[in-house]
Amino acid sequence: MSGRKFLHSDGALVLWPVAGIAVLLVLNLCLSPHFLVLTLQSGHLYGGPVDILSEGSRSCLVALGMTLVIATGGVDLSVGSVMAMAGGAAALAIAQGHASLAGAMACALGVGLAGGALNGLLVAYAGIQPIVATLVLMVAGRGISQLITGGQVIAFQNAGAEYLGTGFIFGLPFSAVLVVGLYALTQIGLRRTAAGLFVEAVGDNETASRFAGLSAARVKFLAYVFCGACAGLAGLLEVANIRSADPYRAGENMELNAIFAVVVGGTALSGGRFLLFGSLAGALLLQTLTATMYNLGVPPAIAPVPKALVIVAVCVAQAGPIRRWLSRCLQRRAA
Amino acid sequence: MKGPAVWLRRNATLAATFAVFALLFLTASFLYHGFFSLRVFASLLADNAFLGIAAVGMTLVIFTGGIDLSVGAVAGFTGILVATLVQSHHVHPLLAWGIALAAGGLLGAAMGLLIAGLRQPAFLITLAGMFLARGAGFWINTDSVGIDHPFYDRMARIQLTLEPRVHLPAAALIFLLVAAAAFVLAHHTRAGRTLLAVGGNEQSALLMGLPVNAAKIGVYTLNGMCAAGAGIVATLYTGSGNPSMGVGMELDAIAIAVIGGAVLTGGRGHMFGTVIGVLIFGTIQSALLFDGRLSPSWTRIVVGALLLGFVLLQRLLVRRAA
Repeated sequence: MSGRKFLHSDGALVLWPVAGIAVLLVLNLCLSPHFLVLTLQSGHLYGGPVDILSEGSRSCLVALGMTLVIATGGVDLSVGSVMAMAGGAAALAIAQGHASLAGAMACALGVGLAGGALNGLLVAYAGIQPIVATLVLMVAGRGISQLITGGQVIAFQNAGAEYLGTGFIFGLPFSAVLVVGLYALTQIGLRRTAAGLFVEAVGDNETASRFAGLSAARVKFLAYVFCGACAGLAGLLEVANIRSADPYRAGENMELNAIFAVVVGGTALSGGRFLLFGSLAGALLLQTLTATMYNLGVPPAIAPVPKALVIVAVCVAQAGPIRRWLSRCLQRRAA
Repeated sequence: MKGPAVWLRRNATLAATFAVFALLFLTASFLYHGFFSLRVFASLLADNAFLGIAAVGMTLVIFTGGIDLSVGAVAGFTGILVATLVQSHHVHPLLAWGIALAAGGLLGAAMGLLIAGLRQPAFLITLAGMFLARGAGFWINTDSVGIDHPFYDRMARIQLTLEPRVHLPAAALIFLLVAAAAFVLAHHTRAGRTLLAVGGNEQSALLMGLPVNAAKIGVYTLNGMCAAGAGIVATLYTGSGNPSMGVGMELDAIAIAVIGGAVLTGGRGHMFGTVIGVLIFGTIQSALLFDGRLSPSWTRIVVGALLLGFVLLQRLLVRRAA
């Protein structure tokens, strides 16, 4: 593909979040020159960008599942609660059931799959609006996660889980490598088969896809199940990272982070076309923004404000009337 | 067909809401000694007054087919704003309340403008509004601020005595007033019918010449003021302002509106149902308190289950009507 052709393709939308990350990194570099310095200590890389990768890995993972759900024209508000439930179940399995890492992972994935299946059933087969259907689990899930952990923070010791959360592979954080690997696998699985096309078809026009012989309900159901599994695994990564499960704070605001990452990454909320790598870049942009806040010395409690402003700015820039006005301005200049 | 049967079919969800409340309250009365009393009923209203005010505003937004996720954060923001204005800047509480209501209305209007004018999804814009308001609240003060003012002491003495030693405090009275005003607005004015018409079918409402955009912007403005009102009433209830107050309140408010019979696709619902929804929420909470064995986290689970039940019921009813 020639450069010019690429700029007019959908893939070019990935450039926006990438440009955003670049701008933020330059800003950070101006503020504190050692922000971008990478140091190699006993074979592990340390530094600002590495922190962004490892801290952003959970949002990236949830954004991966969210991309598919949004591509089918839906949304999943329950991801944060599912993370808290899955993390709580995994921590409990390790702390009290003396489960191995595999057992904990099975617990977390099981909870995620079950939550995703409930959402999928309600949306795809009962025909309830996605916002409402997933709101149910968002409300009830917090309560369930508090019930699982007895309302307390569960701390645990497990070498395997610690490696999952804070370990390194090839000098890079293991969680980041894992998430990037999952992205590559999902990309191959969707784009080298017809599955990705099915998802886009359902999101673009559900009725038409059904007439074309596609089981739209099953595609939607599977998208929610996949999203639930991603949230479950992200919940495990979160508890592994801090070696404890907090039923109140785990996965807090994760639904917004994931939706933001997907929208910034060029996937429309109305469904249809989706860009997996755009979501990955969007999630990393959000994490870079958070890191910038810390670098600027903004207290963590106020950090949501710039996030909110960026979301509104992106929405406004993508809005139909504004885009028409901009393109009219550009045409006038060209003429 | 006779009158009652017709009424029941038209108001099936309202009847279901009332039946659930009666069932829950009677079950709790049967299980727990002393639950069946005017005192418990009064405390249902008093303890959930601020949540109720938020739910009333949310019901109006849901009438238009919209949703507002920012109410909890706006309530927290206005709570700390009022407390800081009164304590640190010696502003009279009434003026502080006015400033808080204006701030809530302004944020609501801005969100409404983006939602109606630029056709943005309501949940995304209001989610951004939630972050904005929560961050702004913590920016004012990260800690809770106690309010010590003669006006608040006087407000605390205002109460309606129902029976010796059973009182309805000012917070509960404000909630009932707001609910009554919203009831009149929603069901007995032209503006209320416009809101329901916009939610029922936006295209038709537009073709009928109804001011669709103005209705949407207006309803988000009104809801912002309701959320601010909830924050103000919370300062009355607790005697302090807390920036972290109201976390998750938006979900409770939405759940209450839906349990009360408001259909989330818009166009259907009843303000009276929302008031009963508040009572249902309160009954679950106090029953768990009376029981003492179950953890309070069950409140959220039961509310979630009720929400699911009512959404499925609505689905059945809408499908039959279609």
